[in-house]
Amino acid sequence: MSAARALQGPRLRRVALRQPYAFALVLLAVAVGINFYLQPNFFQPGLLSGNLLLFLPLMLVAVGQTVVVIGGGIDLSLGAVVSLSSVVTVVLMGNGEPSTGSIAVAVLAGFGAGVAAGALNGFCVAVLRFQPIVTTFATSFVFSGLALYVLPEPGGAMPLGLQNFYYSSPLGLPMVLWAAVAVLVAWALVRSARYGTYLYATGGRDLSAYQSGVPVSRVRFVSYCIAGLMAALGGLALALSTGTGNPIGGAAFTLQSIVAVVLGGTRLSGGQGGVLGTIIGVIILSLIQSIVSFSPAPSSWQTLINGLIVVAALAGPGLFALTRHRRAA
Amino acid sequence: MRFLRPNPIIIALVLSLILFVVGGIVQPGFASYGQAMNILRLAAFLGIVAAGQTLVIISGGEGIDLSVGALITLGAILVFRIGAGDNGTALLALAVALGVGLLIGALNGLGITALGIPPLVMTLGMAGVVQGLILVITGGRVEGDAAPWLTGLVSGSLVFGIPGVVFLWLLLGAGMWLLLRRTAYGRRLFAVGVNRATARLSGVRVPLVVVLTYALSGMLAALGGVVLLGYTEQVFLNLGNPYTLPSVAAVVVGGTLLAGGVGSYFGTMAGALLLTLLTSLLTALELPESARLIVYGVTLLLLLSLYGRQKALRQ
Repeated sequence: MSAARALQGPRLRRVALRQPYAFALVLLAVAVGINFYLQPNFFQPGLLSGNLLLFLPLMLVAVGQTVVVIGGGIDLSLGAVVSLSSVVTVVLMGNGEPSTGSIAVAVLAGFGAGVAAGALNGFCVAVLRFQPIVTTFATSFVFSGLALYVLPEPGGAMPLGLQNFYYSSPLGLPMVLWAAVAVLVAWALVRSARYGTYLYATGGRDLSAYQSGVPVSRVRFVSYCIAGLMAALGGLALALSTGTGNPIGGAAFTLQSIVAVVLGGTRLSGGQGGVLGTIIGVIILSLIQSIVSFSPAPSSWQTLINGLIVVAALAGPGLFALTRHRRAA
Repeated sequence: MRFLRPNPIIIALVLSLILFVVGGIVQPGFASYGQAMNILRLAAFLGIVAAGQTLVIISGGEGIDLSVGALITLGAILVFRIGAGDNGTALLALAVALGVGLLIGALNGLGITALGIPPLVMTLGMAGVVQGLILVITGGRVEGDAAPWLTGLVSGSLVFGIPGVVFLWLLLGAGMWLLLRRTAYGRRLFAVGVNRATARLSGVRVPLVVVLTYALSGMLAALGGVVLLGYTEQVFLNLGNPYTLPSVAAVVVGGTLLAGGVGSYFGTMAGALLLTLLTSLLTALELPESARLIVYGVTLLLLLSLYGRQKALRQ
């Protein structure tokens, strides 16, 4: 029996190492269980997809953050990019019901703003080699300022048709599921392309990657552009879900996206992890939120409980390793 | 540019002087003695908070403390509530606030060392917890008062119109210099920041140093909150949030490397002064908020371009 255990230990660890989101799956199961206990009608499809749809903007932003983090960077400006791209889209929509052409222009302009913002970050971090944390913090001021310039006060309206589409369920499946599948397919393509290999190599150890001929600067630059685009998609989703534009509407996404990335098993040191884990991380965050709001605790305690559960979830893998360590010693 | 690199402190001070003079030319009254004292006072708040951030960043290991904003608010609220405007209880309240800050900082350190949570997310998660604590303590409404000696220290002037908090800041600067350069803790902190493995092999108890560092950062953030309370005399629920990331920026602008192991508090003091001057100048120019944010961001980027760059890949 002890031999079986000795064999099992390393194998478990190997699995855990190969599947960085193994722990995220455990958390997911626990969170689903608690939700089901608190709300017996939790699995009712309408309710479930409604809850998740609230987290679609965060999911898109967190996926972009994942790409940057895998490449060895971090982006503290993504929340501001969400705000900027969403207000650009809302303002270009104008008043009343715009034509299809002007809707397309408005949406594309929002994406363009996101990619341009990502490109500025990428240029500073990858080409000029500034420190990612402080650089993207600095650019976040620039993007917030631009968002305020474009739309000084919350307002404007997204076309109703587009909003209805956002809340619709094509082929009976909710929009959030379509988005998740689309993102995963896109990620699978990126991951299997040469760029994917380069991205992991760059994040793992940029000097070695550089010496083996990986165009490190270009790879990192593109990772920030991808994050900018994903933030713009998140901004579009945010504008559609609220129906209006808000120049500071994206502020909370920056730090939440990083929490989601880490919950999903991607390490901030780079070179490891993946988008599926991050999507699981976002779902976990949404489940924690619904646990807290359905728990019998008074409302003034909700933020504290939410914070404590998030910290406990972050501490999980470490606690797991700690107990294993004790047993081994 | 390379010749400028060796001393970020001097660059920051020279730039501060230039900003001050430019401010005086562009906006009459900006370079007055009273306004200078006011800017120094504002810089002291950022500087006190950034003292802890300096220690954390020197400790390396991707060290950063994003819980300082929430701890500033918590520190201010504790003194506001417990002290309730009375000089006698205010000392007790001060002790409670610093103790709570120390404890929460130590929890940050434990999460980082014992559980291996990256500092960025650990302190971010802790900020959420502290924000929750604040809501539980206050129930959303804050009642209390700032003690007279506290407002006297911060707003009143001691000598030549210099506010007391500036002396407190200078005292802290001297204390930090002693701590970093003349104590065993300081030497170990730099050793840990340069290379944790070699520090451990040289007999430094790395986890202890790291936990102590985050605990000090928590305590200094709470102190910053208490002092800030003396200025605002009111507490709101996100009082400290605007200080979180600027404290990191002040440290970096002051020449402390985010990679750890290199840095000084005098640099951070100069950085805090420069950033505060920049904010004050932009406010004094009465620019719309959008322009103010953009100029602040671009200036920060330019500062980083002077000495925030990493080593080139091609060597």
